Amino acid sequence: MTIYTSGKGHLMIQFDAVHKRFPNGTTAVHDLSLEMPEGGVTVLVGSSGCGKTTTLRMINRMVDPTSGTIRVGGRDVLEQDAAELRRSIGYVIQQSGLFPHRTVLDNIATVPLLLGWGRRKARARAEELLETVGLTAEAGKRYPHQLSGGQQQRVGVARALAADPPVLLMDEPFGAVDPVVRTQLQDELLRLQKELSKTIVFVTHDIDEAVRLGDRIAIFRTGGHLVQCAPPAELLAHPADDFVADFLGAERSLKLLSLTALEGIPQAPAPEGGTWELVLDGARRPLHWRTEDTELPVRPLSDADSLLAALNESIASPTGLVARVDADGALTGVTSRDEIHAHAGLAHEEARAA
Amino acid sequence: MYELFKNLGSWLVSGEQWSGSDGIGHRLAEHLQYSLLATLVAAAIALPLGLLIGHTGRGAFVAINLASFGRALPTVGLVVLVFLASGLSMWPVYVALVALAVPAIVTNTYAGMNAVDPDVRDAARGQGMRWYQVLFQVELPLALPLIMTGLRLALIQVVATATIAAYVSFGGLGRYVFDGLAQRDLVQVLGGAVLVAVVAVVLDLALSGLQRVLFRHRPA
Repeated sequence: MTIYTSGKGHLMIQFDAVHKRFPNGTTAVHDLSLEMPEGGVTVLVGSSGCGKTTTLRMINRMVDPTSGTIRVGGRDVLEQDAAELRRSIGYVIQQSGLFPHRTVLDNIATVPLLLGWGRRKARARAEELLETVGLTAEAGKRYPHQLSGGQQQRVGVARALAADPPVLLMDEPFGAVDPVVRTQLQDELLRLQKELSKTIVFVTHDIDEAVRLGDRIAIFRTGGHLVQCAPPAELLAHPADDFVADFLGAERSLKLLSLTALEGIPQAPAPEGGTWELVLDGARRPLHWRTEDTELPVRPLSDADSLLAALNESIASPTGLVARVDADGALTGVTSRDEIHAHAGLAHEEARAA
Repeated sequence: MYELFKNLGSWLVSGEQWSGSDGIGHRLAEHLQYSLLATLVAAAIALPLGLLIGHTGRGAFVAINLASFGRALPTVGLVVLVFLASGLSMWPVYVALVALAVPAIVTNTYAGMNAVDPDVRDAARGQGMRWYQVLFQVELPLALPLIMTGLRLALIQVVATATIAAYVSFGGLGRYVFDGLAQRDLVQVLGGAVLVAVVAVVLDLALSGLQRVLFRHRPA
């Protein structure tokens, strides 16, 4: 047996022939073998009752498997003390599960205190984490119910990160917040992950969230069957069967475009004259499209934006032209609807061929 | 009627009524001593029981039915029963008062534990707390407002009922009630009853005030 301890690309979490049957007779997880590489985000997705949450909870022994083995960092979880194992793994749940009688700061300091760091060091660490997750120091003195849902969820993430665990388990963490806040939290998680490179296991029933966050997506079917586990592009281009295809939805070709960035797609100089004129401000930032009697909004895109956003903008734009900008928001050129269409088709072909 | 209240007034405020071993001061101290001791003993029995039932979720029917059992229990009957068994001592009084207080504390402690958000309990376990850490760091503090309500209710009930100590020839504010009844001294009976009521109300207000101050940070 190989023992994996550290280094990117190694397997951090391994499920080997894992079964879970509950005392009431329902099979939550059926013969699951799945590997999660270190430093990657694996998203478990499926409709309710498919065993994704049970799978997640078996990693930190909130649920013990009926048979099979689960290894974290090469060590069988069943051979470890459950409480100690859980302290070494970050855990974020829906509705945040914050302790209502403790201040935000004390909530974040939970695991460091359990590990015996001492109050001063634990609090210092908690203060540091407030900033990491984008909260003010002032928020640390408040109680959880005094924060918004999105802020509470940030505190939940901070609490999970407090002892700097290599593994983070997230059980529908953004399920209970509104779509705008959810997108913000997803962006924050991606930013954090770039810095921290944790091994993240993320449970959701939202396929768009899965595509957005996952390095790999594992799709589960009712009865605890893993149907397919693949990177998002591969999954969208080659769904294993009709169930997966259905789950990905009718717009899965469009979802695929959300994975390709605009970088490298040619631009032309903005047209001068013509019916519609692209109006810029002093710093060459696009303001709107204008004719003699109307103005239409423009949504400039940078190289990091997706082909899907470009396709959307090319449809909305009166000229079919997408305004491209640099990091400062200054115009670099435009790309035509035809060009975007051609590249969209190309991206799709590449994904299919891969 | 007016005469009666006037006499009651002068009974309550007269200096001689407050001093000496039969004075209100002494009787009040006795009354409080019986009540506090009985409530403390009851808490020592009922709190662990309520916490255990709440934490494990087992035996919930005990906690729920204990309340109606407590209401149905005839306190005076219990005093007489234990009196017959043990003879003349404070035992009958304490047994009856403790038996009266236990259900209120068990039921409220269980209710408080039961009201802890399962997500919070799950999160506590998931962060790596052991069972006793979950109990003492999360469940108990969250259940505390209801636990204190249980203790308060128990104490008030005990204060109101501790008059029975006098029934078996001991002290407390019940002395006035039973002596007054024996002497057909209505003013004394009424004085004792009013004092008991005032003590109960004052304790109730003071303790609920304390609760409000202690738990001011809790969500409503």
